[in-house]
Amino acid sequence: MASFAETGPGRPVVESIRVDKVSPGARVTGAVRAAVVLMIAFIMLLPIFVMVETAFKTRIDVASSPPKVFFQPTLEGFVFLFTERANVSPGRMEEFKQKAATGQMNFIDQIAFQSGQEITGPSQYVGRIINSLIIAGLSTVLSVVLGTMAGYAFSRFSLPGKDDLLFFILSTRMLPAVVVTIPLFLMYRQIGLHDTHLGMILLYTVFNLSFAVWLMKGFFDEIPREYEEAALVDGYSRMQTFWKIVLPQSLSGMAATTVFCLIFAWNEYAFALMMTSEAARTAPPSIPSMLGRGGIEWSAIAAGSLGFLIPVIIVVFALRKYLLRGVTFGAIRQ
Amino acid sequence: MATATAETSATKTQPRAQVTRRQLSDRAIMNLFIWPTLILLIAFNFFPLFYSLYLSFTNYVATSPKAPTWIGVENFANILTDPKLWEAFTTSGRYVLFSVALQTIVGFSLAMLVRGKFRGSGVVTTLILIPMMLSPVVVGLFWKLIYNPNFGFFNYIIPFINPADLDVIGSRLFDKPVPYLALAGVILVDVWMWSPFVMLLVLSGLNAIPDYLYEAAAIDRASSWFQFWHITLPQVMPLLLIAVLFRTIEALKSFDLVMGMTGGGPGNQTELIAVYLYRVAFLGQFRSGYASALAYIILIIVIAISNLYIRYLNKTKGEA
Repeated sequence: MASFAETGPGRPVVESIRVDKVSPGARVTGAVRAAVVLMIAFIMLLPIFVMVETAFKTRIDVASSPPKVFFQPTLEGFVFLFTERANVSPGRMEEFKQKAATGQMNFIDQIAFQSGQEITGPSQYVGRIINSLIIAGLSTVLSVVLGTMAGYAFSRFSLPGKDDLLFFILSTRMLPAVVVTIPLFLMYRQIGLHDTHLGMILLYTVFNLSFAVWLMKGFFDEIPREYEEAALVDGYSRMQTFWKIVLPQSLSGMAATTVFCLIFAWNEYAFALMMTSEAARTAPPSIPSMLGRGGIEWSAIAAGSLGFLIPVIIVVFALRKYLLRGVTFGAIRQ
Repeated sequence: MATATAETSATKTQPRAQVTRRQLSDRAIMNLFIWPTLILLIAFNFFPLFYSLYLSFTNYVATSPKAPTWIGVENFANILTDPKLWEAFTTSGRYVLFSVALQTIVGFSLAMLVRGKFRGSGVVTTLILIPMMLSPVVVGLFWKLIYNPNFGFFNYIIPFINPADLDVIGSRLFDKPVPYLALAGVILVDVWMWSPFVMLLVLSGLNAIPDYLYEAAAIDRASSWFQFWHITLPQVMPLLLIAVLFRTIEALKSFDLVMGMTGGGPGNQTELIAVYLYRVAFLGQFRSGYASALAYIILIIVIAISNLYIRYLNKTKGEA
């Protein structure tokens, strides 16, 4: 039990000393609760665990019934993911076997040969991931920059019809992608933006922008105006005030906005499916299309999904303390 | 603070000329800051919306070189009398109702569980949040493997059933078609993905409840049941409602998950409204005029619900 000596003045109160919280009964409840939470977290993460496992299985292990939990891990999925392959013709089988036996074959070729295939070239996966990085990265930067500027203006200046304008900006976010795509598809085809990086960057910027403006406006509203007024009196121009006084204070807000824009742009599927075909195609619509080639290569799909998910998980963990603010539109002040 | 007050009053007593100059430059800055955003939004939202309004009154086909011809309200008449649209709306309605209701219950319970701090609870909470950060289409694809009757894990967890007899994606049990089974499968995945979102919002609401309310209730010997109904629930309600409205809008728009998992099938059992629209607009005959009219009908419904959401959001923000 936490005594007054432990939690008294001079030490921060880390644990409540309310009777109902420290009674033995409450302790047991607390322990049970923690155990239940851990179990739920475990269950919720099972599908992700299955994905990680599948990425390291061979073709045969993936299709085994009942599914295997323990197996010999291989890199087959990753090799299949990064390469295009063809079946080795029966005439050349001996030659390949010879090579494999004498160790003349490199590691990657060997894995492919284990399922009777030879590598014919690199796959499109790397290109698609690079497209995703370029499009998601640049559109996030653009929407955060523009959103910060507009958010500041909406927060500090009065202009006629401001509320209606803000409503209009947010309502654009509510449109289902498929609804806006038909006219945009025709428009892009007309002006030659279809299947270009620039077209996709602009599109994602616009669809993140409404969200970014609202978030940033909320964050600027929380910064007291007095700081700026003081700086203006001291002879700073509006621009200098914005740059040197306001921006540094809104960095955490910008981080929250960045997380949400990045996750949206990185995971976006509907626009990418309909507005790109080859040159600017991103990873989300191309991962399901791997299904088509020579049977379902689940381990390659799993490896591809895994490579695609890891960046998001890293970003989420790095910036997790900003998530809460973003998701409530700044409605909760922490 | 005394200096700050002095400076504020100094601003007010500045010479008039200087004030005018600053207001002008403020205006310039405002324009500079707002217009890039507005131009982009107008070009990418306003223009397409007007264009598709026009298209919805024509018989335009995007893959044919023929110019659009005006046919009046024919598209709207055809759509509203097409039973397929109502089927898609019913499917979407069922999907929204069940997935949002389940997410609310699961998310709320999760938040109540995670609320008490214990060692490592921060990391565990973040781990629970991972599903909602994933790409829905990849998630859908992946659950397709998990639901696979031969080598998926799901059927082996379900008791009393021979795994090979249950095919969730094909909506079949013992080789007989079962209605709504595939839809239930999609709903389960949506609940798995988005319950953490409800949890996150409710959790932020729970953390904002002042402790003294509970202490006062404890002094009055209120039961924990009473505390839950009269303190916890009313205090969390605004954020819970935000979560529900937000999820409703997102579920109405739902497209990626179904595309990854079932593609709308089997038949049209999981064909949500957005998937139906995609099929009309981009697969088959590219009937752009017809699809634009359909898009407009969906748009009106979504805007009505969004309006509700934003109004509510503004109200809560005003109170905070």
